[in-house]
This record gives sequence, C-alpha cells and structure tokens, in this order.
Amino acid sequence: MSETLNTSTREPILQVRDISVEFSIPAGGLFAGRKILRAVKNVSFDLYQGETLGIVGESGCGKSTLSRAVIRMLEATSGESLWMGKDIRKMSVKELVALRKDVQMIFQDPLASLNPRMTCGAIIAEPLLIHYPEVSKTERMARVIAMMEKVGLTADMINKYPHEFSGGQCQRIGIARALITNPKMIVCDEAVSALDVSVRAQVINLLMDLQKELGISLLFISHDIAVVRHIAQRVMVLYFGEVVEIGDAEQVVMNPQHDYTKKLIASVPVPDPKVEMERRELRRRLRREAAGKAAA
Amino acid sequence: MALLEVKNLKVDFATNDGVVHAVRDLSYSLEKGGTLAIVGESGSGKTQGAFALLGLLPRNGTASGSVMFDGKEILNLPLKQMNQYRAERIGIIFQDPMTSLNPYLRISRQMTEVLEHHRGMSHSAALAESVRFLDAVRIPDAKNRVHMYPHEFSGGMRQRVMIAMALLCQPELLIADEPTTALDVTVQAEIIDLLVDLQEDFGTAIILITHDLGIVAGTCEDTLVMFGGKVMEHRKTLDLFANPQHPYTQGLMAAIPRLDQKVDRLSTVSYEFMVGERQA
Repeated sequence: MSETLNTSTREPILQVRDISVEFSIPAGGLFAGRKILRAVKNVSFDLYQGETLGIVGESGCGKSTLSRAVIRMLEATSGESLWMGKDIRKMSVKELVALRKDVQMIFQDPLASLNPRMTCGAIIAEPLLIHYPEVSKTERMARVIAMMEKVGLTADMINKYPHEFSGGQCQRIGIARALITNPKMIVCDEAVSALDVSVRAQVINLLMDLQKELGISLLFISHDIAVVRHIAQRVMVLYFGEVVEIGDAEQVVMNPQHDYTKKLIASVPVPDPKVEMERRELRRRLRREAAGKAAA
Repeated sequence: MALLEVKNLKVDFATNDGVVHAVRDLSYSLEKGGTLAIVGESGSGKTQGAFALLGLLPRNGTASGSVMFDGKEILNLPLKQMNQYRAERIGIIFQDPMTSLNPYLRISRQMTEVLEHHRGMSHSAALAESVRFLDAVRIPDAKNRVHMYPHEFSGGMRQRVMIAMALLCQPELLIADEPTTALDVTVQAEIIDLLVDLQEDFGTAIILITHDLGIVAGTCEDTLVMFGGKVMEHRKTLDLFANPQHPYTQGLMAAIPRLDQKVDRLSTVSYEFMVGERQA
C-alpha cells in the first residue's frame, strides 16, 4: 500500500487524547515503599479507517502498554480513547463486549497465543461462539473454513492442534481468529517479530492483502522500523513513553527530525555492504556528536 | 596455512523420531584475522555447525568430519585437551548474555577466574587486566563497575561484558553466536560496530553467526549462507550482495523489507531449488 491516505477528509475511527498509563512498582528497597512508573505519558493520535499506523520504539518504551490501554485491555490512568466518538474508558461491560467484536488483537508469539488443547478449527470458531451465538453450527464451520482458506490454510487442517503447525502457520491461525468477527480495527503487537525472514515476508503480504480487501485499520506495533515503513502509511516513534515523532512513514524515515529517531534509523542494518559502510560512519559521527553534547 | 579448516563437517542428533541431520557436509576455511559470517534461518544448522567445533553439542549430538585449528585436528577432542583451546585460543559469545553469566558472582570474579585459570595470573594482575578489557569494550567507569553483579547491567552492557570475557585470553578466533539478537536495534548497532573495531585492534578472526543479512553486510569479508544443514552459497560478502547466485540467497534478500528502499510487495522465498537437488 504505497498510496498515502488523505487523512483530512476522513473521519478517524479511533481518537486518542492525552492518554497516560502509570504503574505502581516497588521503589527498590525493603522499606522504601512504592513509586510510580509512568509507562505512557500524554499520548495523542488518530487512527483512520483502512489505515495502518505503525508504532516503533525500543523494548520498554511503552508501545505495547499504549496499544493495550487505548483498547482497554489494561486501564489507563488518565486521558480519553474515543472509538467512533465514544470514550472506551467510560464504556459499560456490555458496550465493551460489543467493542471486542470490532477490535481484535494479533500477538507476538504465534504458538503461545493459541490454546494447545484446542484444535485449529475450535480456536478460530471461538470468537464467533462468543459474539454471534445465534449462528448455526454448520454456518459457523463454513465461515471457519472460508476464513482458513483466506489466510492460506487448507480445510483439512481444521482438526489439527497448534503444535502440529509451523510458526508461520500458527500466526495465520492467529490472524484468522482475529478476522472471523469482521473487525474494524486490529492491534498487531509484534505480530511478525518471531518469524523467520522468508515466513515474515509471507505474513506481511497476507496482512497487507487482507487489509486492502477488507478495509481494516491496523495499529501495527514493532521494534523494526524497516518492517513498519513497509506496511504502514503513518508512523509514530515512542521513546520512554512519549511520542517524539509522528507523521507520514516516508517522511519520518527519509527525514527524521528528533535525535532519537535519527539514531534509530541510523542503527537499522541495511543488507547492502556499500550502504552499510557509509552508515557505520554516520553512526560514528552521531555518537561523537552525542558525546560532545553530553560533555558540553 | 589457514587458521581454521573445516572439512565435511556433519552433525547428527539422535531423537525419538530418528536421526536428524542438522549439518550435512559443511566445509570452509578461515585465515588468521579473517572474518566469516554464517547466515541462515532457524533450523539451518548454523549454530550447531559452530558449536561442534568446540565440542559444545548436546549429549544426543555427534559430529564427524574434520576441523583443523592451526594445523591440529580438534574435532571430538577429549574434554581435557579441548579445554586448552576453549577461551584460550577460541572464544565464544552466546546469544543471551544473562543466561551465560553466573548471576551469583560479581563480574570481577567471573573475569579474573578466566585469567587465573588459563594464564596463571595473580588476582590483582587479573583484576587490572579485566578492567582494561572492560575499558576496551567501552563500559564507562569500568574500574568500579567490575565489582557489580550481572543484573546491575543493561542487556547491551552485559553483552559487552561477555565480549570482554571472550577476548580476555586474546584468542585467535572468536565465535559470536547471534550476539545481538536479544538487543534493541540501537544497542545492536553499537555492539556490532564495537566488534568491528575490536577485530581491527586485536586482529582476532571472527565467525559471526546470524539470521540477519543486514548485520552481515557491513561486518564480514566472507559470507556463507546455509539452509537445511547445507551450504547454499559461500563467497566474498561484496560479491554475494552485489550478485547473489543461489536462488535461496536471492529469495532471502528480496524478502527483507529495506529501510532505504520502498517496494510495493515483498517477494517470498521459493523453494523450487530443492526439487532439483533431490532429483540430482
């Protein structure tokens, strides 16, 4: 998806305003009491229909916490998260259950996120059972099989257990489970990070094809800015819980503004020896500059 | 004479489901001070092929073939003789720095132990030498930090400690098994740049095992691509990237999303070459 979305004419489906998440953690000492860790600090962004917004940052920068807080998989401390204009943080249990139909998740570890005692078919069918109990058994099976074929699995795999599948296939099961309720938005939390290069390319292509076909919005979290640049139209860079940069993916990568983004982009290895030699020099220069700034 | 000469190395594992051939017929050589990257996806045999050199295979693993190090056969040496090579002449860095450091011991103890055992140094001399190496891997305030425990270091700093430990006896060969996979990208870049600098300073030969072609591009002279326990391609890194010959290498390169280039669709690896190989 290389065409940039014209965001000004569209209504965002998710509007996040000044959201913060705090955790109370031990202060580090037997009698030291507890202290507050601010994992996410006043983050705001919009997510439009059919758009992919990438969230990048290092481990511990709050990207997973943020993505869970905006869909209320964990409680935020303050701020608003408006789903089609309605604050998710103020929703009743009933409204929340209805929201889960529209908002699904795909997790990092493909095998760990599937119940080992359920068959592939039962895993994919479960969201249907919960959200659409009125659907008949035959209809449910038909939908499961159709979805399996859509994500590149075959119908004869329906009675297999997760351990019988490869990592890439498990991730396809995870994608099928997320798609079966026809959601409007999917949170992909490091969804391709655990996969080998060749399998990762297949899963990325699958996600992009499905998005084009179904018009879903993706909140795509990854530590790998090269993957994010490929899949997302816009990208948000998080650093210690704060947004340091948000904008068009091309622009952020080609012309980073913030010091951290510059360092991050200079650090990504490029599979080209000549380019990589130049980049090593660039990194050395950035490090010298940073050392100079620290000394001054 | 080459520093390391691996010929027809095979590694097999006896499992309940029969014998698994992890490495089939691996051959390469490495000159003194040379750098070689071994690239492959999970299950390609890249790690087991390197572990076999040092006799680090799990119990159900057997290695056959020949590994000549500095003119002497070292494959399947008895433990006592192998220990004279380990750390002293061949150093190794593992993927996860936390599990390869002893959490109960201070860094100083873990580092001086190596020198006292292998070099017969006094404790104070060993401590001074350890601090010198921590300085070399750019750990700030090494003099005080040497007395800390592993958990007091960040992931990147721990990996620096591991590198310093592996270099303590100034080995002629350093094997780095996915040294940066557990680290953040910015830290990864620092560690890789550090390895390149150290290689230039100390003249240590390096075997870098990784799944990331991006890391290989800027670091090693030669690159060996493995798949299914076999060598797909082994050439000068510059040539390999400029003009990959094997269909697997070509597929792998096209499947990586690149930061400096925009493509509409990633191509995926085709395994058609395997069909031909089976028939041949």
